[in-house]
Amino acid sequence: MGAYAYVAPQSVEEVVAILEEHASSGDRAQLLAGGTDLLVQMRTVDREPRTIVDVKKLAETNRLELGGDEIYIGAAIPSAVLFENEELKALLPGLLEASDLIGSTQIQGRATMGGNLCNSSPAGDSIPAMIAVGAICDIGNGSGGRQIPVEDFVTGVGTNVLESGELLLGLKIPRPADNSRDAYLRFIPRTEMDIAVAGAGVSVTIEADGTCSTARVGIGAVAPTALLVPAAADALIGTQLDDDALNAAGEACTAASSPITDKRGTAEYRRKVVAVLCRRAANIAKQRAAGA
Amino acid sequence: MARVHVEATVNGVEQEFLCDPNQSLLDVLRDELGLTGTKEGCATGDCGACSVMLDGRLVCSCLTLGAEIQGQSVETIEGIAGEELHPLQQKFLEHAALQCGICTPGFIVAAKALLEKNPNPDETEIRYWLAGNLCRCTGYDKIIRAVQDAAGELAHPA
Repeated sequence: MGAYAYVAPQSVEEVVAILEEHASSGDRAQLLAGGTDLLVQMRTVDREPRTIVDVKKLAETNRLELGGDEIYIGAAIPSAVLFENEELKALLPGLLEASDLIGSTQIQGRATMGGNLCNSSPAGDSIPAMIAVGAICDIGNGSGGRQIPVEDFVTGVGTNVLESGELLLGLKIPRPADNSRDAYLRFIPRTEMDIAVAGAGVSVTIEADGTCSTARVGIGAVAPTALLVPAAADALIGTQLDDDALNAAGEACTAASSPITDKRGTAEYRRKVVAVLCRRAANIAKQRAAGA
Repeated sequence: MARVHVEATVNGVEQEFLCDPNQSLLDVLRDELGLTGTKEGCATGDCGACSVMLDGRLVCSCLTLGAEIQGQSVETIEGIAGEELHPLQQKFLEHAALQCGICTPGFIVAAKALLEKNPNPDETEIRYWLAGNLCRCTGYDKIIRAVQDAAGELAHPA
């Protein structure tokens, strides 16, 4: 690694000023949250020197609020801290399970959902789960900030909509109704410590008569970015989530996929598995929504 | 490159050091503070040999920058034993839960964190908690038995 600088600003304004200074001088600045992806990249594929801007000292990125209408998850909160919050886990079990699947206990102690999103890997486990629960990115910048749905945040493999002078502050998630819950499943060939071959997050609202009244489906590791699959949601809404509806939703996920073949699985296999994961996750979400 | 001045507590002792902005906490512990008990295995967060506690949270010191720990508290393998070995250390010896020993400090730090959170873990809980610590010598069974035995010892000291 070459010549580096490290700064840990205390305010969003300070972060934005540092990012803008670097943008205008042509020097590289890099945002740091948990560092579990970034430090690995700094040692392997991307050794270019830069100023590291630690965003963990900001009040905004550490904000965790479970409001009556909205849940706010700060971008710099470690996954282990989130997973210990029983109320959050009861409200968003799928999202929390997705972030808990990432890496080991040690990784969980540092890794953040915000970092997982900004790393923008096609296989980032928490991203399809965020999409399923309708999470909105709260982006800070020098002009009052902006908000963008998670499904529109990642633009390609490792790229996203953040422009120079911008940072992700946190995620805003509509508080699920009592009869609405989510689930996330991924497939890996072992039981722990691996990267998704395919993943699917589903959230549903189940009415008293068993009808599914709202649904969102997000899929991961089967396209250059995680995707919202409206056709899969449409296949679930208005049904009792019977086998026909689940199969149709799974087929919609397969149709939305454009996976690659790599050492983790073939494209054909991924297209098939993502349908299975969607069906199973929808079932789990349904049981949770009915029991919540 | 401008070195970063950091003050932090390491194993209960106030420490002050200068580090390079891109230097990991692992490198700081070993090269600046002379605490070589913490090992480097992979340097990519996969093996857990460099496990330490940072403000009470188990982390890979290879994936943390030294500059990030300003004002924080670090516990390493060197801080585990008191006058006598910690029960985990003693049980690792009794069960021969090590061979080459490179993974051992990480396993002991991680297992101590587990037992503080869950004093009576079952085998599955131990295996999942320690999934981020790799050992190429023991095949893990001896490590699991040592952790179970230490948990018993801590719950009911002899």
